[in-house]
Amino acid sequence: MDPATAKLIGAGLACTGLIGAGIGVGTIFGNYLNGALRNPSAADSQRIWMFVGAAMTELLGLLAFVVAMIILQ
Amino acid sequence: MAGGAHEEAHGPMHQFELTRKVPLELFGYDVSFTNSSLWMVIAVIAASAFLIFSMRGRSLVPTRMQSMAEVFYEFLAKTVRDVCGPEGMKYFPFVFSIFIFVFFANVLGLLPGSFTTTSHISVTFALALLVFVVVTVIGFQKQGFGFLKMFVPEGVPLLLLPLIVVIEVISYLMRPISLSVRLFANMLAGHILLKVFAGFVVGLGVVGGWAPLAFMVGFTGFELGIAALQAFIFALLTCIYLNDALHSHH
Repeated sequence: MDPATAKLIGAGLACTGLIGAGIGVGTIFGNYLNGALRNPSAADSQRIWMFVGAAMTELLGLLAFVVAMIILQ
Repeated sequence: MAGGAHEEAHGPMHQFELTRKVPLELFGYDVSFTNSSLWMVIAVIAASAFLIFSMRGRSLVPTRMQSMAEVFYEFLAKTVRDVCGPEGMKYFPFVFSIFIFVFFANVLGLLPGSFTTTSHISVTFALALLVFVVVTVIGFQKQGFGFLKMFVPEGVPLLLLPLIVVIEVISYLMRPISLSVRLFANMLAGHILLKVFAGFVVGLGVVGGWAPLAFMVGFTGFELGIAALQAFIFALLTCIYLNDALHSHH
């Protein structure tokens, strides 16, 4: 295989890590909304932890994106 | 058209290129004043001007500008108070400065033709390293060597303890990396996506270009939200790290 082709395929494969981050962030916000609608009085105090969780999950997906960018360089 | 063919073919990465505005050299190091430095200075000036001019009146019933500045203050103050407790308010100026700088750098980066300073890992890593060093110094100041107890969680079986301590130390040292990569990769990904879709608009022409253009308008609004959210997350994680340094509840 041509090295340039392999590089592009590799970058594409590295981006599949973003699938997991998408599922994870969706789960976090979905579950927060689920809990907030069941108990709206407790929702405000937990909003910060939702953002922390989303930030942590998102980072793992972004690492995959950074790897793809490094491959493409 | 006027620039010639070689200037037309800019890739999506072209927007992140550094150009020297004022070439400088100090002790053999290249310390030129680049477009990145220029936009950092603009961010600082814009943030200072916004806060100084909006709070100039100091009226009891706030004007429109003053209430905007107060929204920023109240929001961050509430976050610091919730996460670090009342004793964390001593470090509120530090958290607020970091938030407002990152916020303005992110938002100014969305202006057409501007430069996003936070899309370079050297900038975000310097900010994250500042947070890391400050938090570590505060931790040792407040708790002395008791700060090291943070790496030894309670209730862990003795057999597992060596492994857990190593993991805790590594995760502590990873903090500046995760903090900086999150901000930099978010900004980089958003701006690349905008430029790729801008390429589609040009490529599809007058007939088909409207669909990606409509997407771009919507996505620019989304990016504005991301810019504010990432600045908030940067400040929020700074608060959480500060809380670890201030309280020994591990």
